[in-house]
Amino acid sequence: MLKTFSKGGVHPAENKLSANSPIEILNIPEVVFIPVNQHLGAPAEIIVQKGDKVKVGTLIAKQTGYISANIHSSVSGTVQKIDDVPDTSGYNRKAVIIQVEGDEWETNIDRTDKLVTEIPYTSTEIIQKISESGIVGLGGATFPTHVKLSIPDGKKAEILIINGVECEPYLTADHRLMLEKTHEILVGTKILMKALNVSRAAIGIENNKPDAIKKFKSIIKDYPSIEIVPLKVKYPQGAEKQLIKAIINREVPSGKLPIEIGAVVQNVGTAYAVYEAIQKNKPLIERVVTVTGKKVLKPSNLMVRIGTPIKNLIGYVGGLPEDGAKIVNGGPMMGKAINSLDVPVTKGTSGIVVIPQKEAERSEVLNCIRCAKCVSVCPMGLEPYLLMTYGEKQMWTEAENDKVMDCIECGSCSFICPAYRPLLDYIRLSKTTVGKIIRSRKL
Amino acid sequence: MNQKLIVSLSPHEKGRDSVKSIMYGVIFSLIPAFIASIYFFGLDALIVTLTAIVTCLVVEYLIQKCLLKGPITVFDGSAIITGLLLAFNLPSSIPLWMVIAGSIVAIGVGKMSFGGLGKNPFNPALVGRVFMLISFPVAMTTWPANRLTLPDGYTGATPLSIAKEAIKNGEPVSQIIAKVGTSLNHFVGNMEGCIGEVSALFLILGGLYMLYRGIITWHIPVFIFLTVFVFSGTLHWINPDKYLSPEFHLLTGGLVLGAIYMATDMVTSPMTTSGMILFAIGIGVLTMIIRIWGAYPEGVSFAILIMNAFVPLINKNMKPKRFGEEVKNG
Amino acid sequence: MISVLIFSALTLVLLGVIAAIMLYFAAKKFKVYEDPRIDQVEALLAGANCGGCGFPGCRGFAEALVKADKIEDMNCPPAGNDTMKKIAELLGHTVKVSDPMIAVVRCNGTPANRPETSIYQGASNCKIKHSLYRGETECSYGCLGEGDCVAACKFDAIYMDPSTRLPVIIEEKCVACGACVKACPRSIIEMRKKGPKSRRIYVSCVNCDKGAVAKKACSVACISCGKCVKVCPHDAITIENNLAYIDFNKCKLCRKCVEECPTNAIVELNFPPRKKAEESESAVEKN
Repeated sequence: MLKTFSKGGVHPAENKLSANSPIEILNIPEVVFIPVNQHLGAPAEIIVQKGDKVKVGTLIAKQTGYISANIHSSVSGTVQKIDDVPDTSGYNRKAVIIQVEGDEWETNIDRTDKLVTEIPYTSTEIIQKISESGIVGLGGATFPTHVKLSIPDGKKAEILIINGVECEPYLTADHRLMLEKTHEILVGTKILMKALNVSRAAIGIENNKPDAIKKFKSIIKDYPSIEIVPLKVKYPQGAEKQLIKAIINREVPSGKLPIEIGAVVQNVGTAYAVYEAIQKNKPLIERVVTVTGKKVLKPSNLMVRIGTPIKNLIGYVGGLPEDGAKIVNGGPMMGKAINSLDVPVTKGTSGIVVIPQKEAERSEVLNCIRCAKCVSVCPMGLEPYLLMTYGEKQMWTEAENDKVMDCIECGSCSFICPAYRPLLDYIRLSKTTVGKIIRSRKL
Repeated sequence: MNQKLIVSLSPHEKGRDSVKSIMYGVIFSLIPAFIASIYFFGLDALIVTLTAIVTCLVVEYLIQKCLLKGPITVFDGSAIITGLLLAFNLPSSIPLWMVIAGSIVAIGVGKMSFGGLGKNPFNPALVGRVFMLISFPVAMTTWPANRLTLPDGYTGATPLSIAKEAIKNGEPVSQIIAKVGTSLNHFVGNMEGCIGEVSALFLILGGLYMLYRGIITWHIPVFIFLTVFVFSGTLHWINPDKYLSPEFHLLTGGLVLGAIYMATDMVTSPMTTSGMILFAIGIGVLTMIIRIWGAYPEGVSFAILIMNAFVPLINKNMKPKRFGEEVKNG
Repeated sequence: MISVLIFSALTLVLLGVIAAIMLYFAAKKFKVYEDPRIDQVEALLAGANCGGCGFPGCRGFAEALVKADKIEDMNCPPAGNDTMKKIAELLGHTVKVSDPMIAVVRCNGTPANRPETSIYQGASNCKIKHSLYRGETECSYGCLGEGDCVAACKFDAIYMDPSTRLPVIIEEKCVACGACVKACPRSIIEMRKKGPKSRRIYVSCVNCDKGAVAKKACSVACISCGKCVKVCPHDAITIENNLAYIDFNKCKLCRKCVEECPTNAIVELNFPPRKKAEESESAVEKN
């Protein structure tokens, strides 16, 4: 019996079209747009000016405040200008626009493929280095990794969980990375263990990636204290709290962080980025992006420089199909639909999914038939139908009492609803409003 | 790029179930029991059922068109289910005008007066049935002959009413059992009763299909059966001469139909698992109280309606267990 | 038979008397003293419970008025100045005569002026749409057109015009309670002075983007060129964040800025037609 989390969950069609496409390197674009708010927290402060020459790996924006992250140039060339560029939501954000000239890297970056397994650093040095390299959670949440690794006083990490679940339909970026960079991920895991000072680590992988599980298991004996945990396929297993529940069968208390029960979760992509940063001196300047969709000619996994416009990625896989009505940045369950192809790839872009017209359109909203499916699939044990009503009727106190802030926005409720009700739309509204109320109360 | 992209909030994937597919799934699962009832009661059953369905559809259409002036959703299947279930709760010999009156009440009062699908607190088919039971008591309790047990043209009584009458007259249970037929006959449906309630076998088959499709969960039917079994079993164990056996109670008088189709009605059942269990136990207990000590031989309809009234209260107080609610120490 | 009747009647009378006595004592014992002026003030107020005063309902406002030392800053927008005067007389205070206000929609992004570049699907709610993305057009400041203001208005004074996809204020019905101002996630609606004969001039744009970006998104956007500032003889116009703003307390309704604005972002309302009759633009919301 495979492990999984116990409450709720759904089974969207997997559609992992690009599972067998090896990671390809996308050509460097002519111009990159590097936004300064690619992570959760405060935007980074730009330290370059128009006309400055930069190399690959040059720091161009410095973190401001504790929860923030450095940003490095992903190309070599000249800073064309610093301007407002629409982000995934279409709102203008500050970005550094760099005209690409050649491909010259900072000299301290090791660009060879040689595996370096020695870790001659202390915990503080590792965290410091990760912070300098601008690494953020690559699963999509983009929370700065060095913050997550700094254990608050009085707490102790017991286990590191590496998230190789990739429960979103369509996406295969982590899957390919696990197949092609297995050793690097394991070394990265060891580095993270050292940073956290824990003796146990588990890599959770859903059972629909048997090749990745096999690959890991074949070399795991070289890495004692790391365990491979195959998991039953169920969405949203990649959510932090659900993954912890699945692997160590403990529930993170409501409103608390995983460290409360001694667990720290990192994505496999992050583990790989950590390996590159520590062993190869390479800051986070590129990432694997799955570009896929039912009508896409050549669903692929691409290694993309941060700041590349999404239209370049779409162009590489054969262009936007006639029937491409919706383009999602991220996975189809939690990703954001974008309204323009000029939006650049950021640190959080795990995939680009092109959805055809028929599936993209929402159906007409019907009356709630009180089938209770939303209640039964909610992995957090909430009552989405009720929370939606609170949102519609602006009943914020009731929403707070019924734990709207626990919602992880996985979308299982909207997915399952047979009446096509926009449950999550209104729950998000409640969440943001209640969040504001709670924050104003603290002041 | 001249094509306009669609932007909406996540999720961008959609499950395959829709209101329509669920409703037609229920209808599909009722087909075997329907065919069985035609086999047992002849063409009358077919005519009554069709009358009820057509009336429900017409009434819903007229109300949506003329009174609500909103969108017309007659063919979402819910009105068909109401008609079908109402007819299943009627004797096949009932005059058709009564069926029409009952259907009008079921849809008009039981469903549309609250705002249509999803907003009615009571199961519409049961509202219609109880209305008919109170308004036309004679017609509603005159059972046509099951073609297999009695020759044509005779009328009989349901096993439950025979038993209730006999117990009132002080006959011991052992004698009653001889009159009402074997449990196997009850299970297959070889007895007198309403159109759809007689064949436990086919109703359970339909129920299994709905379980497989994920339309219902097992909690409500199983807990109703369990409660009835335990309740009647205890009494039977205490005094087997006065109280009927649990299998008799389980298989007669529309309990199976009620437990699988009426109590599980999505709109009028609770939203959480714990709530569903409480709801089911309530139905089981009320059914038995009405059957044993009440005036009616049959209690499922009333029990479900009474528990329907408690659903808002149950929903308010029986919350699901939240993730991470129990803070574990150490 | 008679004895039954008498007995029943007597029982009823007795029960009634007992209940009355109990009620009398209960009323005495649990009586709460309330300033009678609260009821009087409440009767004078508009009774709409609109929240325009900033208090929870008319009763809440009445209580606050009676308690307050000074009621000059308090106002019941739907009831107007006369009512406030009466209340002030009743309570022995003075009031400031405030100018009548009205809600003004500062966006003119009709589909013709502001072409749509994407399609929104989801809950019809401006706040949700606003937090999702910038909206169907290129303008990330303008009206989202989902009608949160219409839902917030308790006086049916706003409706969405299906052809312009913008909200329209019905002047006769608007009481300036400010509910729509609070409901709009993009702060497009502003309370402005109603003006003599309902004549008003305002910048019908809230776009803070640079001129070129704003103009690309919407043909009637304010491009912060500053021409209006120069032409204004009363120093009523300022430019901040790439956006012109007309101070309605300084504006003397001379209409020079309206003529000057190159993008027709400045709108005049309820003025008689100009003698020269050059252009008859800007007849936007005529209600």
